[in-house]
Amino acid sequence: MSTVVLLTLTGLGLAALYFLIASGLSLVFGLAGVLNFAHGLFLSVGAYATWWSAPHVGLPLAVVFGIVAAAATGALVELVLIRPLYARHTEQVLVTVGLSLAGVALLQSVWGADARVFPRPQWASHVTGILGATVPDDRFLLIGAAVLVLGGLLAFLRWTRYGLIIRAGVENRAMVRALGIDVRNAFTLVFAIGGALAGLAGILGGMYFTSVSPGQGGSLLIFAFIVVVIGGLGSINGSAIAAVGVGLLQQFVNYYGAAGAGDVSVVVLLAVVLLLRPAGIAGKAVAA
Amino acid sequence: MKRFVPLALLLLAAVLPWSTLSLPGLFEGPLNSPGTLQLLAVCLVFGALALGYDLLFGRAGLLSFGHALYIAAGAYGVDILVSHYAWSLWSATLVTVLAAAALAGLLGSVALRTSGIAFSMVTLAFAQVGYILVNRDPGGLTGGEEGLPMRTGSLPDALVGVTNTVNLYWLALAVLVVVVLVVHAVDRAPLGRTLIGLRDDERRIAVVGLSPYRVKLVAFVLAGALAALGGVVYALVVGGASPHVASSDFTLALIVMAVLGGAGTRWGALAGGLLYAYLDQRLARLGGQLPGPLSEPLFILGTLFILAVYFVPGGLAGLRTRWEPLQRAVRRREPINSTP
Repeated sequence: MSTVVLLTLTGLGLAALYFLIASGLSLVFGLAGVLNFAHGLFLSVGAYATWWSAPHVGLPLAVVFGIVAAAATGALVELVLIRPLYARHTEQVLVTVGLSLAGVALLQSVWGADARVFPRPQWASHVTGILGATVPDDRFLLIGAAVLVLGGLLAFLRWTRYGLIIRAGVENRAMVRALGIDVRNAFTLVFAIGGALAGLAGILGGMYFTSVSPGQGGSLLIFAFIVVVIGGLGSINGSAIAAVGVGLLQQFVNYYGAAGAGDVSVVVLLAVVLLLRPAGIAGKAVAA
Repeated sequence: MKRFVPLALLLLAAVLPWSTLSLPGLFEGPLNSPGTLQLLAVCLVFGALALGYDLLFGRAGLLSFGHALYIAAGAYGVDILVSHYAWSLWSATLVTVLAAAALAGLLGSVALRTSGIAFSMVTLAFAQVGYILVNRDPGGLTGGEEGLPMRTGSLPDALVGVTNTVNLYWLALAVLVVVVLVVHAVDRAPLGRTLIGLRDDERRIAVVGLSPYRVKLVAFVLAGALAALGGVVYALVVGGASPHVASSDFTLALIVMAVLGGAGTRWGALAGGLLYAYLDQRLARLGGQLPGPLSEPLFILGTLFILAVYFVPGGLAGLRTRWEPLQRAVRRREPINSTP
């Protein structure tokens, strides 16, 4: 029983990370039609900004700084790189591919390829006993952060004017433009939100893995991609459900199966979902 | 005349190992030194890999993010059969390429049920499984993160040893020629026209009564087999297989090559592959002497790639078509200027 509780909470912690990355990806994809390969870079930017500033300003401020830095990177990438390639989706994707290669190399040239010890709050290393299981507190940190973000994001999308534009834009971009609304500002905003979410995921990931390295974003990104496809492109709720499914499956199979079997089972899940529902759990039509 | 340019280049490439010419800025030793030949052989392999990938990306418009899986299948397949089971190189190659084609058929039949970005992500996910497997070292077969050096015992003597680098070079050239012939044959065949039709508008192909799914699957399997063949030669040239060939970065590099050179054109991806591989290797060697981020080859290549996407949309192959109107414009203006 205690193993199951621990695995569940660890799986949910991982799901929280996946959700934070996938929600940003999914929003950007849904609205702008851009599969953002540089999302992993935003993750690393957030993590490194926090790691770098923590000794100077203390951890809480450093976390804020990391999120702001990642959000700014996202907005900047949209303004400088994505916007000039208006309506040329393949080129937009290619630019983010180039950016992910160059950006990670840039981080590597500044801070080296080796992993760095990531700062974390004192209490995150403590453990709590639940139903006989000793659970490290960082799991609760991850899950709590993801639940807060999910609630905040849904509230933002439902009740604010920009949220309305973004939701409508994901649904039918041409219609929103035809109504005379400038979706370009919404694009920048969505990239900034995506960057902030990725930055937060990078920071939490750093605390969870207790280290940060330039390539870390990339490996998490692939599971986030899987979550996005399973959940249905553009759907926040779908991403949340898929993230929980993927995180739990991965943890349980990794524990009870052979080494690495959890990662493989996630891809099998992806294949099965696609065979049954090519558009994902919450998707309506396959986006071209 | 134009038709003979590729033949002349091929002839030049074939006789190149007999030249003792030194090109100080470009290569470290004379052309026939083992170091230079190996560098050139790697370039040729990448040219072949990029052109094979362009069958999917440039011709059929299938943006696969998991092509590295089939290259890795080729590299690891032949390496495992030769190093662990002491198979002869030729039977190992044959079995590996056929197995990789079967793998491409199996995975492609699932991945091709989706289209667009979802297809890219699914291929990426499949390839990631390969990367994870290779890193986990199942049964001690792949050597994990260390990679698997090729055991030379059961290789033909002609391919072993530094003095025989020239044979590896010729082998790489031969495989490149095979890939060129296959891809260009597909271009000329009805299949090629169907693929381009698919890329431009899938419904059109469905309307004339062809199954887009089946055509795409054929292209996917063919590209998988070519990738495995390239992987086999890659493992021979660099002396083994390492997890890097299975990583998503490897696929991304192929995309960069195809786009740099001009995706979907006759020679573009090939030229892009040669150039990318050359820059990658040379920059890595110059790395220590360059300051800051310039010491990272990927930083330079990534930046170059972004600039190319903006300013040279057709890649290297597009340069010529952009150059010609310019030239014509200049030529036309000259007589007007010279008349008083």
